[in-house]
Amino acid sequence: MQHWFGYLQLIFEGALLTAQLTVLGCALALFMAIIAGLARMSKVKAISIAATCYIEFFRGTSIFVQLFWAYFVLPLVGIPVSPFLAGVLALGLNVGAYGAEVVRGAVQSIDKGQSEAALALNLTPYQRMRHVILPQAFVIMLPTFGNNAIELLKGTAVVSLISLADMTFQSQVVRAQTGSTAIPFLTILILYFMMAMVISRGIRALERHLSDGLDVTK
Amino acid sequence: MEWDWNFAIKTLPVLGEGVLVTIQATVLGSVLALALGLVFALMRRSQNKLVSRPTSFFLEFIRGTPLLVQLYFLFFILPDVGILLSPLVAGVIGLGLHYATYTAEVYRAGIDNIPRGQWEASKAVNLTAPQTWQHIILPQAIPPMIPALANYIIAMFKETPLLSAITVLELMNQARSISNFHYRYLEPMTLVGVFFLLISIPSVYFLRRLERKYSPHYK
Repeated sequence: MQHWFGYLQLIFEGALLTAQLTVLGCALALFMAIIAGLARMSKVKAISIAATCYIEFFRGTSIFVQLFWAYFVLPLVGIPVSPFLAGVLALGLNVGAYGAEVVRGAVQSIDKGQSEAALALNLTPYQRMRHVILPQAFVIMLPTFGNNAIELLKGTAVVSLISLADMTFQSQVVRAQTGSTAIPFLTILILYFMMAMVISRGIRALERHLSDGLDVTK
Repeated sequence: MEWDWNFAIKTLPVLGEGVLVTIQATVLGSVLALALGLVFALMRRSQNKLVSRPTSFFLEFIRGTPLLVQLYFLFFILPDVGILLSPLVAGVIGLGLHYATYTAEVYRAGIDNIPRGQWEASKAVNLTAPQTWQHIILPQAIPPMIPALANYIIAMFKETPLLSAITVLELMNQARSISNFHYRYLEPMTLVGVFFLLISIPSVYFLRRLERKYSPHYK
């Protein structure tokens, strides 16, 4: 029984890395989603085409393919990336591309009268976006963002294949050392599920908090 | 490192073998996901709480955990209990099961979207339950589901490289073995990416056409 404690500790260390990747990946994804989502609606053709290319490129291939490409090819062309950085980049850019479409959909769903009213009040385009449109659109985006964050959490498992010691990697270590398959894999499945629950509960709480005083959610 | 066209062309036949396995896995996985998803959806709609509750938890659990770990689970644990599967079969079961939890949601939404009046009217004209499903519910429920189901099949296709982790010799694994053999990663890895883009970008336009044809929002 004693040795299981050590193995469990190994898995918890992995869980910490998984959590780090998830948080940093989500931060990058959120940033990319808002930038690319707004850029896609730009009236300047060059900007909207660039955003469309980014979105279609990253949605067209999986995190796995992008991660391997970043990990193996970028160093060859003179850009050194650590496995951790490659992981955060692949996760954030990939999920950000999905998020961009969510941002676009939500912003476009805001009633035109809001824009017109902001215009009538002489708000600058930035103020209109920042203070009128986005606060309302963000509440609409949240549920889908929650799902995207869970997809990102699940995507982190792939980094174990480029030798990052995340939860999945550590469970393989435990499997190799103990010869037991069921216990390490079941443990991490439950841990992943608990993390996913934390994300979905957190998003739901945030949604309730932010929709106070707005009539966009029924 | 310079792009070497000669090497890129030399790798194509081997990558081609990988493409065949990738397509095989996608087709078999889709069939399983579409069939199993319907079973899950019906189990979840069941009146019996002892059926619907565990199903609902199971679906949420599968959706909340990584496909890669599920593949490991199938690949490493089933042999322990005496079930020997080839890597490809284990992979297809993993893909099919994972995406069945997504298609189940599509089926459920599609069926729930049929107005109650349709059920009541069927009862009023004395149709049996199979007749109601066959002639009233399914013909209305299925068309709006098609774009969403196609979307998940495309998503599954993009996830097939994960099967390389359980030693299936699909496209990604072939690319890795060539890369490791020649110690040149640029061409094979890039070609894998290009292949997926070549399939999935046209599929976006195909999806949009499906949506225009079947989705109620566009009518």
